[in-house]
Amino acid sequence: MAETHAPATVPFEERMPRPPMVLNNRSMSWITNLIAGIPEQKTPLWWYITIAITGSFAGFGVLCILYLLFTGVGVWGNNIPVGWAWDITNFVFWIGIGHAGTLISAILYLCRQKWRTSINRAAEAMTLFAVICAAIYPGIHVGRVWMVWFMAPVPNPNWIWPNFRSPLLWDVFAVSTYFTVSVLFWFLGLVPDLATMRDRARSKVGKFCYGLLALGWRGGNRQWRHYEMAYLILAGLSTPLVLSVHSTVSFDFATSLIPGWHTTIFPPYFVAGAIFGGFAMVLTLMLPARSIYKLHDVFTWNHIDVMCKIILLTGSIVGYAYTMELFVAFYGANPFERFAFINRYFGPYWWAAWSMFTCNVVIPQLFWIRAFRRNLITVFFVCMCVNAGMWYERFVIIAVSLTRDFLPSSWGMYYPTWVDVMTFVGTFGIFTTFFLIFIRFFPMIAMSEVKTVLPAADPHYHPPTIGGTESMKEAHV
Amino acid sequence: MTAAAARRKILGVIAEFPSATALYQAAEQVRDKGYRFWDVHSPFPIHGMNKAMGLGKSPLGYIIFFGGLTGFLTAASLEFIPSSFLYPLVVHGKPVNFFTVPAFFPIMFELTVLFSAFTAFFGVFVMNRLPRLHHPIFDYEQFRRVTDDAFFLIIEASDPRFSDTVTREFLEEIGGKDVTLLYEHD
Repeated sequence: MAETHAPATVPFEERMPRPPMVLNNRSMSWITNLIAGIPEQKTPLWWYITIAITGSFAGFGVLCILYLLFTGVGVWGNNIPVGWAWDITNFVFWIGIGHAGTLISAILYLCRQKWRTSINRAAEAMTLFAVICAAIYPGIHVGRVWMVWFMAPVPNPNWIWPNFRSPLLWDVFAVSTYFTVSVLFWFLGLVPDLATMRDRARSKVGKFCYGLLALGWRGGNRQWRHYEMAYLILAGLSTPLVLSVHSTVSFDFATSLIPGWHTTIFPPYFVAGAIFGGFAMVLTLMLPARSIYKLHDVFTWNHIDVMCKIILLTGSIVGYAYTMELFVAFYGANPFERFAFINRYFGPYWWAAWSMFTCNVVIPQLFWIRAFRRNLITVFFVCMCVNAGMWYERFVIIAVSLTRDFLPSSWGMYYPTWVDVMTFVGTFGIFTTFFLIFIRFFPMIAMSEVKTVLPAADPHYHPPTIGGTESMKEAHV
Repeated sequence: MTAAAARRKILGVIAEFPSATALYQAAEQVRDKGYRFWDVHSPFPIHGMNKAMGLGKSPLGYIIFFGGLTGFLTAASLEFIPSSFLYPLVVHGKPVNFFTVPAFFPIMFELTVLFSAFTAFFGVFVMNRLPRLHHPIFDYEQFRRVTDDAFFLIIEASDPRFSDTVTREFLEEIGGKDVTLLYEHD
């Protein structure tokens, strides 16, 4: 019985040790060889096959965009009353995906969540490519694409400036700032790893390219000192930025008068949904990469487990938001608002709303059970459901709300055309093609950051030695 | 040392240390010895090394503050000058007076973040005297491993306490391996 009382004096860390972030006691050079070895190895066959497929989709998507530009927005299914349909749905979908990357790189950094080091590089890259896909849509949906410079803060020939009080202009600033800051943050994190690639490069081209990109990084502490400060401040800046971006996106809807759009709950609801969908996309991309490149010791089950928990949390916040919207529609006593929500769940698009609810709220509840969080098939299944569910959410909010607003005489259905579908498939092609290029030429895991979470990276760490009491004593001096 | 090498200017002396712990303890001793122009090189930032080297906090934060301020003022002038003076735009019959200023906040916020981020990004490279295409330190073949798993300490010849014999002995004494003299480019 004495043992049962003993733990009170044993430090918590010893009673419940933290799981190691890198398994099997791997050394620093093992990590370098694993991760830097991926771009250095011969290009595998699967890579050529996959990029041929995704590249074809991307190319076809670009052709669809050109067809749209040369013919007009009429090639899409958008029409009055549904003036914003798949274009803005896809815009919000992609921009939301990007948010997980910034959450992992910035918010988890500020929260000292060290497990982020295994996934932040890939998640940040995913952010950039998702924002590129997102940024395509506002550019091409304006109809007269040669007028797209009206979005820029410059006066038009009549000396009229854009309306700075408009959420649409806020959105231009928010998305472009978000993309720029994400690029800077990503590249700053990449510099020490590019230096590793430079120092290992064998070919002349590799030496030149990585050498140029590494900017002469030498890893001196006088450099790390400023580097770490810049990284911390960029994380601090990105945190409110990422929250502001999706809030601003939600203002595009919330400041209008359309029932189903005009709600104050939108900013936090959109941000939670964005993080939710983004984490699912990170796992969708990283689980195959983990299996292909045998990253199991760096990207462990504990990483997947905590990511599943974040999906569960944000999914439940989204579920709360859906329910609260329904409650407010009932309690708010606005007949148009009430109708919008009856129409959403029981109108002609009931299947979209119920798919959204099932995929985003019901299915992620599986993650309450540990066994489901630690099974590749269930994790992948839930992530795919969330990817689909988050697209449905945007479609339900944007397009379905527009089909039936105030006057029944101006109601109408929305049907996408093949150009709508193929443009969306094309953005998936662009996204995956960029990601494949990224994992082929850049270290997809932040080596310098993963090394900091090894026990040996702690300057007060002493390897356990047999009979090494002398050195142990020194360690406590 | 060859005759040609003897004529070249000494850059400093470099020593390798087996671990982050050893490097940290060596840095404390070099700091206590009073050296000023020296640096430790590691594959990752070592926690607490600034203190071990006697360095304070990076002043980058103050510079970034002014970057952010510039962004804020840019946004404020970009919004107020056209919307209040050049061409007050009346939309939906809504007022254009000063009380509508909350509608300007999002862009003010975004540009503050944008300019701060640019300052942080370019600031870190300016402060580190980067980018530079080459550095004499890269001539030392062993130094390649600094981005993998090696830890180095360099004391520069420009340091007032530097002496190519005493400093070498000192580095060997505190546990440095492969203590080597580095030369400047011709």
